[in-house]
Parts: sequence; C-alpha cells; structure tokens
Amino acid sequence: MNAHATTAHHHGPAPGLLRWVTTTNHKDIGTLYLWFSLLMFFIGGSMALVVRAELFQPGLQIVDPHFFNQMTTMHALVMIFGVVMPAFVGLANWMVPIMIGAPDMALPRMNNWSFWILPFAFTMLIGTLFMEGGGPSAGWTLYPPLSLQGGNSLPFVIFAIHMMGASSIMGAINIIATIMNLRAPGMTYMRMPLFVWTWFITAYLLIAVMPVLAGAVTMLLTDKFFATSFFSAAGGGDPVMFQHIFWFFGHPEVYILILPAFGLVSEVIPTFSRKPLFGYDSMVYATASIAFLSFIVWAHHMFTVGMPLAGELFFMFTTMLIAVPTGVKVFNWVSTMWRGAMTFETPMLFALGFVVMFTIGGFSGLMLAMTPIDFQYHDTYFVVAHFHYVLVPGALFGIISGVYYWLPKWTGRHYNETLGKWHFWLSTFFVNLLFFPMHFVGLAGMPRRIPDYAVQFADFNAIATIGAFGFGFAQILLPVIVVMSILGRKKAPARVWEGAHGLEWTLSSPPPYHSFSPQPVVRSRII
Amino acid sequence: MNASPRAARAFSARLSALLFAFAPPAFADWGLNLPRGITEISRDVYLMHMVVLWICVVIGVAVFGVMTYSIVKHRKSVGAKPAQFSHSTTAEIVWSVVPFFILVAMAIPAAKALIKMEDSSNSELTVKITGHQWKWEYEYPDYGIRFFSNLGEASRKARELDSGIDPRTVPNYLLEVDKPMVLPVGTKVRFLLTSNDVLHAWWVPDFAVKKDAVPGFIREMWTVVDEPGTYRGQCAELCGRDHGFMPVVVEAVSAAQFDQWVVAEQTAAAAEAGAADRAWTISELMERGQAVYNTNCVACHQANGQGIPGAFPGLVGIEDKLTLEQHLDVVLNGVPATAMQAFGAQLSDADIAAVVTYERNAWGQQKEEMLQPSEVRAAR
Ligand SMILES: [Cu+2]
Repeated sequence: MNAHATTAHHHGPAPGLLRWVTTTNHKDIGTLYLWFSLLMFFIGGSMALVVRAELFQPGLQIVDPHFFNQMTTMHALVMIFGVVMPAFVGLANWMVPIMIGAPDMALPRMNNWSFWILPFAFTMLIGTLFMEGGGPSAGWTLYPPLSLQGGNSLPFVIFAIHMMGASSIMGAINIIATIMNLRAPGMTYMRMPLFVWTWFITAYLLIAVMPVLAGAVTMLLTDKFFATSFFSAAGGGDPVMFQHIFWFFGHPEVYILILPAFGLVSEVIPTFSRKPLFGYDSMVYATASIAFLSFIVWAHHMFTVGMPLAGELFFMFTTMLIAVPTGVKVFNWVSTMWRGAMTFETPMLFALGFVVMFTIGGFSGLMLAMTPIDFQYHDTYFVVAHFHYVLVPGALFGIISGVYYWLPKWTGRHYNETLGKWHFWLSTFFVNLLFFPMHFVGLAGMPRRIPDYAVQFADFNAIATIGAFGFGFAQILLPVIVVMSILGRKKAPARVWEGAHGLEWTLSSPPPYHSFSPQPVVRSRII
Repeated sequence: MNASPRAARAFSARLSALLFAFAPPAFADWGLNLPRGITEISRDVYLMHMVVLWICVVIGVAVFGVMTYSIVKHRKSVGAKPAQFSHSTTAEIVWSVVPFFILVAMAIPAAKALIKMEDSSNSELTVKITGHQWKWEYEYPDYGIRFFSNLGEASRKARELDSGIDPRTVPNYLLEVDKPMVLPVGTKVRFLLTSNDVLHAWWVPDFAVKKDAVPGFIREMWTVVDEPGTYRGQCAELCGRDHGFMPVVVEAVSAAQFDQWVVAEQTAAAAEAGAADRAWTISELMERGQAVYNTNCVACHQANGQGIPGAFPGLVGIEDKLTLEQHLDVVLNGVPATAMQAFGAQLSDADIAAVVTYERNAWGQQKEEMLQPSEVRAAR
C-alpha cells in the first residue's frame, strides 16, 4: 500500500478511453460509479413508468400481467443494486479518501475490479428480459415457490446477483481498509466527518449480509436445478425459511440504502446553517445502534407468514425501538438548523426535503411496526408508499443533495443554481403527487404488485401516474445540469460554500489527480 | 428562493390527510382510510391505527413546526447570526427517553390485541381455505362441502388486455366471484389456510384477517362476523401472472340461511356425482369444456390456445402432440415444478372430460375426439 502511494503520484491519467478501463484512481472510479448509477436510474425509472402507465386507468391497456410483474421485479433490482448502492459507493470513492486526508483508496486495483464487474452483471440481469419467457417476475424478493416457476431467467439473475454481491463486498472491504489505515495524522475516529462514519458502519453491514443473500439465492438455484428441497415442504423444507434468510439480508440492506444518505445530509445541513452539526457523538452512536438493531428486526417484513406469537411480539418490540435512534437523528438535524444562519442553495433544499419526507416515511414505518395493524397494511400500497418515501425523497434526495454539494468540487465549475432549484421544486412537487396518494389507496385496500385494480382506486392511481411522469421527466434536469457544469466557464474556488469546513475544501476545485500527498495534519474536529 | 412554502405544503398535506380521515362518509367513494370493519378485532385495529396516526401527526407537526420556524427566522437573508452550540446533553436525553415511553405506551395495547388475534380456540365452525393459481378453494369439512371460488365472469371478460369493456361498467370489478364463501354471523369461525402451489395471502379488510397461504403448511386464523353482508378482499401475496385476479368474497348470513345453504350445496354435489355415469355428446362436452377452460386454463394458455411463448406452452395442435391418455394424465396430475397444476384434485370427472375434449377440438383439426367422464373416473 505504501509502495503504491509513493510511486503513483508521479504519473497522471492514462490517455484516451483506456484511462477509464485501467484506472486505479479513486476519483476516476468514483466518476464511473456515479455515471453508471445515473444510467441505471433512467433505465429503472423507465420500468417504473411502464408500471405506472398501466396503472393509470383500471383495466389492462398496455402490457400483459406477466410482463408487468417483470417490470416491478426488475425496477426494484435495478434501483436497489444498480442505482442507490453504486451511487453511494461512487460518492464514497470520490470523497472518503479526501475527507480523511488520504492520497487514494487503500486497495486501488480491487477498486477498479469492483466497478467493472457491475456493467457485466447488469447487462446479464437486464438481458433476461429478452429471453424466451422473459425476466424474473416473482418480485425482487424472489420468494419461492413462485420464483422457481417460469422460464430460464433464474440462473442468470442469480449469477448477476452473485456478481453484484462480490462487487459490493469488495467495495466495502476497500472502504474499511481505507478508513482504518489511511486517515491523516490527527484524524481520530471521533473526528471523522459523519459521511465517513455512516459509510464505515454501512461497509460492515455489507460484508455481514451480502454473503447471506448469496447463500439464499444459491439455495434457490439448487432447489431448481439440483433437486434439493430447502424451500419445498414436499422434501422436508420450508418456503418461509427463504424469507427468514432473505430478510436477514434484507433488513440490514434497507439501512445500507439509507445510512450513507444520513451521512450526506449531516454534511450538508451544517454547511448551509453555518453552524456545527448538533450532537456529533449521538449521531455516531445512533447510526451504530440502528445498524445493530437492523440485525434483529428482519421478520417484521413477514408478520403475516404465521409466526408463533412470541416471535411476532419480539419483532414488533425491536422494530418499534428503531424509532428512538432514528428520532435522535431527525431532532439533531433540526437542532443544527436552530439559530443558524441558513441559506437555501440546491444541496440544502434537497437535504431539507430529505429530512421532512424521510420523516414521513419513518412515521409510516412506525405504524407498520405495530403487528396487529400491520396485518391490515401488509402487502398493500401503504407499504409501497412507505418504502418509496424512505427511498426516493429519502435515499435518492440524499444522494442528489450530495451530488450538488460536491459537484463544483469535482468539476471545478459552478453548476446553474436556478436550474438546480427548478430540479428540487419539480422533484418535490411530483414525488409527493406520486407517492402520497398511495397511502390512501393502500389503506382503502389496494394490494401491491397488481396490474389492474377495482375502480374505487382509480382516481388516486391516475394522480400517482401523473406524479410519476412529472417526477421522471424532471430528473432529466440532473444530467443536463451536470454536463453544463462540466462544460461551464464559471470557475469554483477551493472552498465552494461559505459555511463548509471539511478537508475536501482545502484542496483545489477540481482536486489534483492524487489527492493528499503529503497528508495534512488534523488538530480538531472540522465539521 | 423561499423555502417556507415547501414546509407549508408538507404541513397542509398532513392536515388534509387528517381531515379526510375523520370524515369517512363524505369521502367514502375515494377510499382514504382503513375500514372500521365489522368484527371486534377489526374495530380494535382501526382504533389503534387512528391513535398511532394521530401520535405521528402530533410529533410531525411539532418537529416540522420547529423546523419551519427555524427556516423562516434563522436565515442569513434576514440577518441571522449563527450560534455555535453543538450539543446539549439534557435535550439529547429528553428526546431519547420521551419517545421510548411513548413507544411503550403504544406497544402494550398492540401486544394485547395480538394475543387476542392469535387465539383461535373455542371455534364453532371450521373452513379450510386453499390458495391455487389463481383461485381460492373453500372446504367445510363438517358438512362435506368443497368448491372453488373464481373471478366473476363479467370481470374476467373486462380484464383482458384491450378488452374494450370499461371496468367502470362492471359491478364490483375484480372483486366479484362466481361462488362466494358463506359464513353464519355471530359464530366463531376458524380458518385453516394452506396453498396448493405458491404463496398466496387471504385477506378480508373488514375482518382485519390476513395471513399467507404456504404450500405444505397449515396456518390458523379466526373471525366472528357481527353483521350480515357481502365482504370483499383480494389475494395479498404475489402469486404469479394473475395475482391481481383472485378476489375473496364472503357472504355473511343468518344461522338459518346458512343451514339452508348447506342443504342446497349437499344436494347439488350429489347430482354432480351422478353426471359421470351417463354418456355425453360432443356438443355437451364442448360447451362444458369451454366454460371450464375459461375459468381454469385461460390465464396461462390464453383464449386462443396460443399460450405465452417461453412462459406457458400453447395448446393448439395438442391433439397431434399428445395421445388422449397422455393429455388426460397431464390434466389430472399436472407437471411438477411448473405452473401446471394437478387438476384431478380440483375438477370433477365431467369437468376434466369436457376440458380435455375442448382442448383437442377447439382450435386445431377438430377430429371430434371425445373423452367421457366415466373414462376419467377409471383413469384416476
Ligand atoms: Cu394469490
């Protein structure tokens, strides 16, 4: 590692396109991850629009239900594994070394590999849609026995998931190795920026649970092709066992999708409030508590499978407990704003949107935690509304906030603030038009994952579809603004934002090809 | 750009949600809230739902209120100077401990309700529910009654892709069945729930009863229906292509009407058993066969018999690919590890004879090959 760090800064990027294939530079790889995530965002988003278009009116007008199921399944897989996770890894690649005063990531060659697995994995995954019999259609949770029926896409999907898992695990190992070994002198753990902390914890979650997912899908594979009966009662297995294993992965996965976003808004809100983050220590402990709790709440995704009463009570109590550290986070963000001197540039707008709408998703999460009421909510649009509030104006707004926050740092050019604000206001208006009515139809009894519905759900579904198309088209602003910033002329200074303090703002905009060499010395907490 | 309209909108959205929630009659058509339902459990659940919703609303108004105040007052453009405090141990303890006690207060009634919901002892009637792709089977073991409950015919026609039928003209679109479950009111009914193929979930919102049907396992749940009426729900667990088209309809009637229904069902079952003893004509078989096909087979194999390439095989020309015996064997025993079920357990001898005859003559060469119900009985 040291040998690499000392030799590498003598040369710049390789010329031409080969630069992007052979690069071991954390910023290049971060850029690749982010562009990949953006591309997948539009692919996964188009699938959601197919779903919403079909649901615009009662009756079937556009697609066969079998294809509809492929769209819902693929939309989720692409958005989770292809958009949110790579975007976080991209942000980590770009910013973690800079924020801790390191020259690069600790394992640069593995870094290259963990990115370049992804395009192949997703080509294979999305390619299954063109196979005879179509792609996976049993939902992203791949519950057997349904996922074992149907065409021959399953082994391809499973192999793609294995590749994504390997990529995530390598990315996580790299982030942990970087944070543990390459911090600048004086950058103690309790001085690290919150984004670094949340990613540090997230990386451990990834290493803990991605192998569990790999195990679960491998058991599906052997059940289908090698005559095992892990999930078939006829051979002594149990379909519900898959759900236990899946959600033992799946619930920590939910926090993998949100903890780095907590870190992002914890960077943005202090900057634009011109005030230190409130309760740094409790933010770190709350993140760690949420990560711990994520391992003992998994069965709240499956309250209706018919668990013993004791199990239902245990998982209800532990799940409700998550509200405490999550509440601490929200209160701390609001306290950070309190008596600050706020300005409302685009990153701050997205961060504020995050706090409000993530909290709405948190409230519906608390309602879902209550087992007896969950029996009514379970597998309805109320759940769809809940997790989309947490993931779209939650995780995604967090990512977009981070992108606007650091975009001038990356490109060395300011982005167009007016267009950024348009992006925020259009996104916020349409995202609520899209997801808020889903609470109502869910409570009124509309099950999720259905291509057609009873006519009393028609009005809210029509509204949601209008919201979906509005939200989808508003997102075109994002690549437009990014490209305008890359091509722009308005140069950004090293410290882009008046209230910004981290180490990243001590480097030029854009930063040198090899970030910190020699490393800076940190004397106090700098957020 | 001013940020307060955003917070204001979030607030007004919550407020209007509230107003809607508390005026159910005026907004009933829009379907905004959980139904209060017609069982003791469903009313408990509804009450708990409203209480938790209100707790969330109050906390939300407080948090977003403070945030909005801060956004309005503590902005640089109105000359705010940033304070530099970065923690307050007292505040942090308060907002960890107070929510904890609110949660405990919510958990206690929830645990009580849950214990009540899981106690299916002392039931007076048992109904066995079996999920199938894509229909429900109801069995009353005490009375020897067993039947399937399929999506109603009007909905089935309207739901086809580009059917040209406006679903708004179909009464209870997607929530109507050909034969509902019938229950007596005021009786503790225990449901035994299982599945024949993949996971399903049986759900009636008005009963606040929902549980997954798991193949190979039997789950229990129960209800006592207070008021006579027709109660509708849907399958709530993704179960394949026609997951959206397997509704649940329960007819709750008085005890006397229930007894009459039992007698009528038993008489009809005896008549059907006799149908296998006589020889059927080709037109009788084709007519019955088309009805059976449209109820049980059309979802996968399609009305034109073409199937869905790669997912569900076509049946056109099957009379050349399979002998009559092979064809009958597939229908009776299914094809393992596919969506093709063993219909022998689901359909009567006459139904199976009719549907096999139909499939061999409907689209292909029409050789008028026939299968008689008595042959099916012999092959079982
Ligand atoms: Cu079903």
